[in-house]
Amino acid sequence: MGKIVLKSVRKSFGEVDVIPGIDLTIEDGEFVVFVGPSGCGKSTLLRLIAGLEDVTAGTMAIDGRDVTAAAPSERGLAMVFQSYALYPHMTVRKNIAFPLKMAGLSQADQDAKVTAAAKVLNLTNYLERRPGQLSGGQRQRVAIGRAIVREPSAFLFDEPLSNLDAALRVTMRQEITELHQSLKTTMIYVTHDQVEAMTMADKIVVLNAGHIEQVGSPLELYNTPANTFVAGFIGSPKMNLIEGPLAAEQGAHAIGVRPEHMGIVSEGGWEGKVLLSEHLGSDTFLKVQTVNAGTLTVRAGGEVRLSHGDTVRLAPLPGKTHRFGSNGLAL
Amino acid sequence: MARATTPRRKALTTLAAWSVALIIFFPVLWMILTSFKTEASAVASPPEFLGASWTLENYAEVWSRSDYPRFFWNSVVISVGSTLLGLVIAIPAAWSMAFVPGKKTKDLLMWMLSTKMMPAVAVMIPIYLLFQWLGIYDSKIGLVIALMLMNLPIIVWMLYTYFKEIPGEILEAARMDGAGLWNEVVYVLAPMAVPGIASTVLLNVILAWNEAFWTITLTTTKAAPLSAFIASFSAPQGLFYAKLSAASTMAIAPILILGWFSQKQLVRGLTFGAVK
Amino acid sequence: MSTQSTRFAARLMVAPSVFVLFIWMIVPLAMTLYFSFRFYRLLSPERAGWTGLTNYTWFFKAPDFWLAMGNTLLLVGGVLVITVVLGTLIALLIDQPVYGQGPLRILVIAPFFVMPPVAASIWENLFMHPQNGLFAAVARGLGGQPILFLESYPMASVIGIVSWEWLPFATLILLTALQSLSSEQLEAAEMDGASGLNRFRYIILPHMTRAITVVVLIQTIFLLGIFGEIFTTTQGGPGSASNTLPYMIFKQAIVAKDIGRAAAGGIIAVILANIVAYFLMRGIGKNLDA
Repeated sequence: MGKIVLKSVRKSFGEVDVIPGIDLTIEDGEFVVFVGPSGCGKSTLLRLIAGLEDVTAGTMAIDGRDVTAAAPSERGLAMVFQSYALYPHMTVRKNIAFPLKMAGLSQADQDAKVTAAAKVLNLTNYLERRPGQLSGGQRQRVAIGRAIVREPSAFLFDEPLSNLDAALRVTMRQEITELHQSLKTTMIYVTHDQVEAMTMADKIVVLNAGHIEQVGSPLELYNTPANTFVAGFIGSPKMNLIEGPLAAEQGAHAIGVRPEHMGIVSEGGWEGKVLLSEHLGSDTFLKVQTVNAGTLTVRAGGEVRLSHGDTVRLAPLPGKTHRFGSNGLAL
Repeated sequence: MARATTPRRKALTTLAAWSVALIIFFPVLWMILTSFKTEASAVASPPEFLGASWTLENYAEVWSRSDYPRFFWNSVVISVGSTLLGLVIAIPAAWSMAFVPGKKTKDLLMWMLSTKMMPAVAVMIPIYLLFQWLGIYDSKIGLVIALMLMNLPIIVWMLYTYFKEIPGEILEAARMDGAGLWNEVVYVLAPMAVPGIASTVLLNVILAWNEAFWTITLTTTKAAPLSAFIASFSAPQGLFYAKLSAASTMAIAPILILGWFSQKQLVRGLTFGAVK
Repeated sequence: MSTQSTRFAARLMVAPSVFVLFIWMIVPLAMTLYFSFRFYRLLSPERAGWTGLTNYTWFFKAPDFWLAMGNTLLLVGGVLVITVVLGTLIALLIDQPVYGQGPLRILVIAPFFVMPPVAASIWENLFMHPQNGLFAAVARGLGGQPILFLESYPMASVIGIVSWEWLPFATLILLTALQSLSSEQLEAAEMDGASGLNRFRYIILPHMTRAITVVVLIQTIFLLGIFGEIFTTTQGGPGSASNTLPYMIFKQAIVAKDIGRAAAGGIIAVILANIVAYFLMRGIGKNLDA
């Protein structure tokens, strides 16, 4: 069980409102990702849920129980930190057993649970080592092991993959997703990487300057961004935003076209010169300086052979244009 | 530096460095040599080096004329006791300052250090009277308290700098794992800070061992440590160089040996944790 | 960055240290302040009473008071300059690759293990003594007259002895700071065409600012109260040539048995320490952050 409800949660450090007020419901068993640029308050929000920080105002409940004033240890949550925060002076076995020892479990129970967790996480051969003797991915798994043995009502992840190299990040991402599928426990995951958000989440919460910009499934956010911020943040490369007369023609303050929805046409469209062309094999990314629409990014097929200085004509694919009003909201 | 040096250059710097080191060390060496000479040889002119007549008699005489074991034991109790007591009071304070810093933390730390700036002589009479009044004058417990208070700011400061090197996330992880404050300090913070705590202990034992103002002011006979022992030997000046040297060597030998054996921790401690 | 309950716990945990230090500071200070306005001589106990500022004016009018103040600052300043300059040079030297770095370091830190009364008596008797000291023997060997260190140059001699005691501390701190300087930085400076002297001036020295600050701060704390070395060697003499404020106070308390005057001197010493501390913190306190 792990349904978490935040009601008008506010957090300020001194005069500064880091989180001016958030209402959010996280359903039991959901994989929720908090995503946003650095300084948007996502980590603070996670720490508020963990109980490592007090809320300035508002209430928080886990499974209907009010935990607004509860200490971290009383909330039944487990957390995986960015630095993994393993205890360097303890072996892997003792690290994983620590929460059980704190809970007062018998030695036999502790051993049984540690052994089981180690098996799931492929750590059996490393139980007597210290964290310093492990690779980054192994440390990550120990941190996860320490979290799962507690059988918490929800897991909190604070940018857990940011210290890993690119290849390992993909593997660990999949492992965490699989872990969620087998445990079916609520997970809250904080990241600034929208790829992690898109691939892992059931529900993404996009945060900006302490506000929730939009909540929804990955595809909802991709297909119908609520505003220019979400439009620009979700999707890679970023959505092209065009302001001015071209937008006005469509009755909007700005129009957005994703690079993958920008077609190369032989006639009409927007004329421009290629500034840069990146050939990835499967795709070609073009940066085009247009006459009327500013600089646009285009994701074209791998077979496209254009290089610096070539002239191209671009047009959005039909039905793939997003329209935004002057307040930034989608029309 | 990662750069390769020529053997010639290394030989030259070695020569220079060792010369400097020997000059710095020479007074101690000379004292130790003198302590093994006869009194006549100790004041011979020109000074005698290898040709001196060597003897152990000075040590025997100092040993028989004074109660060295008692002074030694007092020194051990006072220096170790004051350091351990200081540690008990300082660890929680250093935890607070390092992991829950506030706007006033730096000021508080500076205030603590500033209490050490008060010249001991300035408050000698009041402290003397207070100790008489409390009945802890010339007692080991009195000196343990006095030296603990002398060194407390240093202990807090050192522990604070060592604790600050420990990432706060690890303590937060312990909190998430269900540890209360006590378990957090005992199972996570203290074991992680062992090297820093060891350096702190070592340095403060030495500072307390070498403290010579309060130990002499606040004792007569019962609780007098080695600093008082040596003071009583340097009173009849000039004539008994060899015996004075032997007594001096006996006073500093324990700490010299301790220091040399634990050089690594000590070097770390000597920087007061303030420089990495 | 923490919850209210941890902040509360933190205040609770810092309280014992603050409390005992506050008592240790305030009670003796209050008593000293009280005595400083009293007529309080152990030799004439029947004449106890308030005397206003007499004890203070006695100090300010004492012929050697300003000399003692000057000597106190000279001692602190002299030792600081010598230990920082020599300490930097020695640190630069032993930071080079040399044979036997471990034993070398042991020799260099040895003076730190020597308790002040022993240090003072070694120097006074074995080295500076005009008949039997090693320096005198060397002078005679060279055909010269022995220098009367403690008689002719008392302050310089005391500064020399105290500098010897504190040199290991300064050297070690500066050496540690030096070792933490990345060699890449120095190599980059070399690629940029900086000479050895310029590398020291623009890279090494700025890197050591914090370490030098620590040396100055800690040494000042200990040096302002220096007393034992003077007591053992010159006794403030000859005349009052090497008198310092702490020693003057000591003489009033122990020799003249005038507690009132000693207390007034104590208050003056506390004020001096505060002034020094104030300028110290204003001047270099900011170096401690980072």
